[in-house]
Amino acid sequence: MDETLTIAGREFRSRLVLGTGGFKSHDVLAGALEVSGAEMCTVALRRLDPDARGSILDVLDASGVQVLPNTAGCFTARDAVVTARLAREAFATDWIKLEVIGDDRTLLPDAVELLAAAEQLVDEGFVVLPYTTDDPVLARRLEDAGCAAVMPLGSPIGSGMGIRNAYNIAIIVDRARVPVVLDAGVGTASDAAIAMELGCDAVLCASAISRAHDPVAMAEAIRLSVQAGRLALRAGRIPRRRYAEASTPEEGRPEFGQPAHAE
Amino acid sequence: MTVIVNGERRELPSGATVAHVVALLSGDGDARGVAVAVEGEVVPRTTWSSTPLSEGARVEVVAAIQGG
Repeated sequence: MDETLTIAGREFRSRLVLGTGGFKSHDVLAGALEVSGAEMCTVALRRLDPDARGSILDVLDASGVQVLPNTAGCFTARDAVVTARLAREAFATDWIKLEVIGDDRTLLPDAVELLAAAEQLVDEGFVVLPYTTDDPVLARRLEDAGCAAVMPLGSPIGSGMGIRNAYNIAIIVDRARVPVVLDAGVGTASDAAIAMELGCDAVLCASAISRAHDPVAMAEAIRLSVQAGRLALRAGRIPRRRYAEASTPEEGRPEFGQPAHAE
Repeated sequence: MTVIVNGERRELPSGATVAHVVALLSGDGDARGVAVAVEGEVVPRTTWSSTPLSEGARVEVVAAIQGG
């Protein structure tokens, strides 16, 4: 299976994007990153900590992955736009994972602010990958605004609840003309496989790996499940039926008559 | 003069530039992956040393961390 994923003209062999949040150390992150096979990793921006030892950029540079800065923690389009501009300056990339959050308990996107920020950033030449709800209409609006991909959630960030509305994800996939990256909600390998079987082009995964008991083993499990899901999609699943359909032919079945006498 | 750096008041010599503030925070680090905004406007790295700060300026100095 050597088909590649293309986002904004850039080709990726891996369909797993690794979120770096939640890893206990840079060493564990480096280990998970290696076995995940991911070619793109998110990073965040926060106030410079003068006491911080070692930069996450050392880990990411060593592995050669593309950095995808995010706007995590922004609640307004204005904050997200300024954060994206800072990220462009800090990481010398136009790519931005756009997050504009509307509520601090659910961390669900604020649709109105998200779309406004997306329009502004596209105007400024950013490659915008918006974290969005599983609303097909909003996904379409973001695509129309010029986003390079859409990244609908399966369920809230860090919830591990998997894909709560597979029908909406399937509709988004069906109608999108840009790549669809399932972002948020994956709890374990099967969730990632389901996303790929639904036709998502890639899966972005952070907590499911970083907060697993063994993050490196989970990184491998999710890498394999993304591949398995993609392969299953291309193989074409059988339709769901209410009743059984025998897999062994009826024809040629021997007949034994009535028993000669009851014991 | 007093400027607000990452939410904290700092006393700096008058004429101090953005480059001074970055050096103050990052010490001997190379400030890789660092970006600066003054009053919500990004100051490109190439102009840090030629951008003086004014009294009361709000400066945000950010760097890469794990996240997302």
